[in-house]
Formats: sequence, C-alpha cells, structure tokens
Amino acid sequence: MKRQLALSAAIGATMLAGATTALTPAAHAQKMYDGVEINLLTRPGPVIAGRLAERGLEYEEMTGAKITVATVPFADLFQKLLTDWATGTNSIDVGVFASGWAVELEAGGLLADLSDFVAKDDKIDIDDIAPYFREFNQKINGKTHLITIDGDFQMVYYRTDVLGDLGLEPPRTWDEYLEVAAAAHGRDMNGDGEADFGSCMFKKRNAQSYFAILSVAGGYLQSQGTGQGIFFDTDDMTPIINNDAFAEALRIYKATGEFGPPDELNHDIGDTRALVTTGRCALMIDWGDIGPLSIDEENSRIKDLVGAVPLPGSTRILDRATGELVDCTAALCPHAIDGINHTPFAAFGGWSGAINASADPKVIEAAYGFLSYMNQAEQSNFDVTQGWTGYNPYRISQFENIDPWVEAGFSREAAENYLGAIGASLNNLNMASDLRIPGTQQYEGLVLDRELARFLADEITAEQAMQNIYDGWEEITEDFGRDEQLKLYRASLGITN
Amino acid sequence: MTTQDSVVGVSQSGSRSPTAIAVELPPRGGFAEWFDNQSRQFFIMPAVIMILVFSIFPLIASLILSLSRVRLRAGGYNVRFVGLRNFERQIFGSEQFHFLGTFTSISPLGWLFAIAVAALLIWWLVRCFRGSVSLLGFIGRLITAGMIFGLSLMFAATLLSGNQFGTLGVTLFYVLVGCAVQFLIGLGLAVICAQPIWGRTFFRVVFFLPMMITPIGIGFGFRMMADTTKGPFSPVWQWFGLRDFAWAADPWAARTFIVIGDSWQWIPFIFVVLLAALENVPRDMVEAGHVDGASGWQIFREITWPSIAPVAATVILIRAIEAFKLVDLPNIMTSGGPGISTESMTLHAFFAWRAPDLAQSAAVSYLLLFVAVVLCVSFFNLVVLKRRAAIA
Repeated sequence: MKRQLALSAAIGATMLAGATTALTPAAHAQKMYDGVEINLLTRPGPVIAGRLAERGLEYEEMTGAKITVATVPFADLFQKLLTDWATGTNSIDVGVFASGWAVELEAGGLLADLSDFVAKDDKIDIDDIAPYFREFNQKINGKTHLITIDGDFQMVYYRTDVLGDLGLEPPRTWDEYLEVAAAAHGRDMNGDGEADFGSCMFKKRNAQSYFAILSVAGGYLQSQGTGQGIFFDTDDMTPIINNDAFAEALRIYKATGEFGPPDELNHDIGDTRALVTTGRCALMIDWGDIGPLSIDEENSRIKDLVGAVPLPGSTRILDRATGELVDCTAALCPHAIDGINHTPFAAFGGWSGAINASADPKVIEAAYGFLSYMNQAEQSNFDVTQGWTGYNPYRISQFENIDPWVEAGFSREAAENYLGAIGASLNNLNMASDLRIPGTQQYEGLVLDRELARFLADEITAEQAMQNIYDGWEEITEDFGRDEQLKLYRASLGITN
Repeated sequence: MTTQDSVVGVSQSGSRSPTAIAVELPPRGGFAEWFDNQSRQFFIMPAVIMILVFSIFPLIASLILSLSRVRLRAGGYNVRFVGLRNFERQIFGSEQFHFLGTFTSISPLGWLFAIAVAALLIWWLVRCFRGSVSLLGFIGRLITAGMIFGLSLMFAATLLSGNQFGTLGVTLFYVLVGCAVQFLIGLGLAVICAQPIWGRTFFRVVFFLPMMITPIGIGFGFRMMADTTKGPFSPVWQWFGLRDFAWAADPWAARTFIVIGDSWQWIPFIFVVLLAALENVPRDMVEAGHVDGASGWQIFREITWPSIAPVAATVILIRAIEAFKLVDLPNIMTSGGPGISTESMTLHAFFAWRAPDLAQSAAVSYLLLFVAVVLCVSFFNLVVLKRRAAIA
C-alpha cells in the first residue's frame, strides 16, 4: 500500500512538474517571486475558489509565489474584505468578488491601480476581452482596478425539445416568455411521469433574486446604450423606479411564478439549477452556467436539449420624462432588433480580482501576475468550458472558437447555439451595467431585495413596492452624499463630461 | 527540612508550640504584604478585564455606532454623530414597517384588545401602588406596563387589524409560542421519563441528542424535510395531498415550521432540566399522596408542580433569552421570507450589518436588547422571585 502511494505521489509530482514546465519554462527556471506569499479571499466551494486554488499551484510552480486561497460565505465576503482593508488589518492581499463592489472599495482608496501592469502585460491580450468587461467591468474612473476571471450576464435558456414539440420559437419579448411558459407548463419534460414547470426563476429573498427582476426590467428601462443606465437619473441621481416600466417588470416577474414550482419563493439559484438540469423546466433565467452544466454526464438530463437566447426585450420603452411606456421607434430604441429593444444585463458583473493597495509592492506585482495568468486566454478559454469552475465567457475568442466547447462535451450545434447567445449579448452595445457605486449592497441587497420579496409574497402592491424602493434608495443616496454618488454613478457608466 | 517542619516549625528546644509558628513564618511587609492585601483584587482582575473587554466595551462601542452614521474607509472608519436618528428611522421613519409593522387603521377588535389590556395594566398598577411596593419597584412596574401596552398596541394595529407585523412581532411570536410549545412538550417528556418505564435511559439519551446538533444543520435538515416537491418526505406530503402546498410561500406556515425546528432543538434542554427537577421531588410526599388516594393529576398539581415551579420558571427565562436571539433557522430555512414574514430582530440586524450598515444594525440590536431586558427582568421579578418568595 505504501509503495502504491509513493508511486502515485511520484507520478503525480512528475506530471505536475512536466505540465507546468510546459506552460512557461522560462518563468519556471527564474522563480522570480520566491518567498512571496499571497493571501486571496473569495467565496467557498469548488465554484470560483476551486480553480483559483488549482491555478495557484501552477503559478507557484512557475514563479515561486505561494497563493493561499481562503474563503468565507458569499454573503459575508464584501463585509470581510472591507473591514480587513479599511481597518488596516490587511491580512488579505487579493479579493476575488463581484466587480460592482469595487467602486465602494476604490472610493476608500483601498484598491491598487493595475493600469500600468496591464499596459506592460504582453500576455493578457486586452483587446480579446469583450468591450463591456474591458471598459466597464475592470475600470473605475478610467483606471484598471480589477482583472476579470468570469463574465457574468444573464440569458434565457429554453428546452429545445419541449418548444419543438409545441411548435414554439424561443421568446423574444417578455410577453412571449409568459406565453411559452404557459404553453409548456404542466407537461412531463423529463419522462418521470410528473408534471413539470413552464418557467423556473429564483425568487428567494437574500439570494440574488434582485438580479432577475433587473434582467426583466432592463428591456423596458434602457435603450440608448450602456451609458444610459437602469438605476438612476444621470442628472440628479433620482431612482428610475417609480414608473410604468418597472411596474411592468414587476408584473411579469410575478406572473412567471404562475408557471413555476409551488415553492419558488424559497428557491435560490442552486435550487433552480437543480430543477433545470434534472429536466423539469422549459424556460429559465441564468448566467452562462447552464450551458456547461447541461453537459455534465452525471447530473444533467438535458444534454443537447437546451438552447440559449439573449434576454427577451420589449417593443415599448420608458419615457423618462413622463414615466410612461411608449412604443419603440428608431430614435427611441436605436439598438432594437425587429422593433424589439433587448437589454442584456451584466448582473453581478462577474467574479473579478482586485489587489489591496496597502500590500507590499512585490506582493502587488506577484498578485497581478497571478490574476493575469487566470485571465489569459490559454487558461481561461479552457476554464470557462468546465461547468464546475463557475467561470463564464468574457473573451471574444471564447465564443468565437467552438472547438474547446466541443471537446468539453457539447455537440457542435448546442455549442453554436450557446455561444451565439453569448456573442449576441456581449456584442450588444445596449448591455445594462450592474450598479457600481458605494452602497450597492444597500441599494440592491437590502432595499430592492426586501421590497421585491414583500411584493412577491403579496405583502405589498407593486405601487407600494416601487415607492418603498424609491424612498429607500433616496435615503441611501442622501446618507452617502448625493453629489458624490452622482459623480461615481456617471463614472461607472462611462459618462465623463 | 520536611514540609511539615516548614509549616509547623520547630523551636530551639525541640518542642512544638504555637509560638514557634509565629517566629518561623517569613517576615511580613514590603511587596509580599502589599501583594497579600491586594490578592482579592488580583484574583478578580482577570474576570473583570474579560467582562470589560468582551461585554462592556462592545456594549459601549455599539451604542456609539447606533447613534452615528458609519462609513468604512482606508485606515479606519468615518463616524458622524446623528443622535437618535437611527432609532427614529426604525420606530417612526422609513423602517417602521420593517421593525414594528404596517400601520393603517386599528380594527374594532384591535381597539377592544388594546382597551382591555390597558384596563388590566391600570388595575395592576393601582394594586401595586396600594401594596407594599417600593418606589424603585413601582418605577420598574411602570416600565413593564408601558412595554406591555406598547406591544399590545402594536399587535392590535397589525395582527388584529389585518396588517403585517414587523420583526419585533415575529421575534415575540418565536419567543412566546416557541417557549410555550417547548415547555409543554419538554415537561411532558420529562414526566414520562421520570416514571419507572422500560427503556427510559435510552429515551433520555435520544431526547437529548437534538441539542448537540448545530442549528445550521437543523435549518438545512428541516428545510429539506419540509420540501413538498423533492424532499425525502415528498411522497408523504403528496400522499396527504400537499404536493402543491408551499409552506415557504405562506407566512404562518413558514413561521410555524421555524418554531417546529427551534422546538426540536430546544425541547431537550427543557426536558433535561425538568427531569432533574422531577427526580428531586420528595418521594415520600408522592407516596403519601398515593396512600391518601390522590389521583395522578392531583399529585402533579399539589406536590410535583410546586416543587419544580422555581426550576421551571428559570428554565423558561433562559429559553426566552435564547429565543430572542433566534437567527440561524430563519436565515437558513427562509432567509426571512416570504417577504419579511419570518425575519427575527437578530436577522434584521444581521442583514443590516451585512449590507454593511453598521449603524442601523447597532440600533436594531439595542432595540432588541431593550425589549428582551424589560420583558425578561419583568418575568424574573414578577414570576420567578415571587414564586421563590411564596415557597420560602
């Protein structure tokens, strides 16, 4: 037994050494960061953290820098980072978190400026990163403070076999979404003899359901491009909430529950994905994860049975002067396709790495090298095809080159469909940016989430919910300072004048 | 020199005497004497420091936070004093619906209830005033009466008027209903296991097990068991025709499930303490009752219950203090939903802390502290001490 273990260890060590040597033999020889230790904090589990730890070992082999990946529950991650860096504890060198949180950290001067590193980096191939992630996700006030390792935006997934049987096309508008969901609801979609669901959307409180409502609302709220924004008026920072567009989004979001599982109000994204991969849902909203999860041989019953489309849109758009919905015209909806305004929503923004500004310069340099290594196409183009990593595409080469996806287990047709939806979303200049100003957690995770939950539970009407969100957001804006918030909000949308 | 020699001492003549002891002890004075005199303070100092660091300092720090607007920044915090604004926001402002509930109009039933409670409290206060209650005691009773009337008004305006109550009402539901259910079942199990029945040692161990399990595990376990569509008991739920019943979407069903989970964990605590109390009930008195022909109920009412009542009151008090802090189960099972129906005050404070809104979190925590202290101290003074005095 001991001999077997020793033999296995020797083979493993040889393979690892061989693999890393093959990656970058020159760096391996130099060990330029020998003795440098980098403490990285992110969320727990194999998703996100697992691949960071594995790539960290590779990076250590190449450069000598030791990467220690620590984790805390997702809900505590921001608080932990903020407290550690703001109080000067500085036990964490690198945080991997939602890019939207970075603005608040940067406002406190807590994030290292990575612009010079990126400028000198000849391996990161910055132009291959999709424009939204390159210009909005990674930058704050024109400076690069984040390195993207995961591209997050939501899409609608549908069962190709179910819609085929029904003779229906994938939904292009939210009204069509409800029609398809109604038609498919109650059918047995996985052959277990039980009636399944027309739509699955996560609606649990404190579990990111606010991303789903914003995905629905985007198509009614924003038509002039990312710079228009979906949260606040860019002139005076008043919330764009109390209007017909958000009311319509609330109506649709709640109506999807009529075709969903009975306990959908208690479903988070994990519960919903479990239903989808076991073949129980005809339609659902999710980030890019469903594609790779659908080809999981062990857990998926929908391999090659799922298609994706960019988020449905609307033929009507908000008139911000009157608060009413008006029909799209070429001027009102310049990015519309067949008269339908689509607004892909970069919910969460994607997992991104940022470096503590107070870290030792050598640590900052080594940490940047690691984040760059994660981001480089050579690594990330493989990682995004693996469902368990939780990484979704953010590089143009990741959805232009189908071969890695086919090698990962997709059929060519399914890969083309999935990557086509990703490409259409990423290339849409009307993509809505997630909120990226100080207090984002309070605006979204506290007020919007709570009022949405109360509305879904019939505790309050849509009008009350919108008024409460409006009042709550105004209160937070006043607390943080309206002028400062306005300045940062405009900057987050790329408005510089 | 042996140990005995060093302690007792031996005189030059070789005889042992008390005077030898005085002569042979080390000379007193200087540091040794000072240390001796201060020994009480030195012994108590670690405990005082622990209390100051881990109890008093956090209390003061969180009080400062509750009166401030706090922003984290590079190198520390920006703390801006805002007076009672955070409390005003919870009780009268934009967070009122969240903390106290939604107020529209009070129904006739609500008014009736509030008036009845007010009348009872006035009668009680007059009775106290006429009795032999000290000034301090009367002030304490005034605070108790004020708190009870305030809570009654809240229930009258929310629960009895068709409006939703907030995290304070939810917390009181967990405390009052949860403690009542746990006490009754715990007492029942203790009475059964105190009898000379077969396998009682085994059941004592089994009944005690849930208390050993982490609340997070219980939360996930109950959430899974209560899942009507894909949980392990889904065939059972479906057999009962509850296939489409979503307990997590119904406020009262969700609250009830959380109380069931909480009870499952804490009944063992009440069971164990009451079992110990029951086993200390004088056997001769019980046997005398049997000989005199008393029924089981009469023996319980006249002998057993008076014997265990002080312990029972104490165990309820401890359980109530814990129940005020309930956070794990609603967080895991429902995340406070549907809406805010299952959100306890501790969860309310936790969500604010996580946002991170430290000031609001501290304000909610202080409100919880105030309510819990007034109610628990009132219970202790008016029930536990009174009971002990009656027995004495």
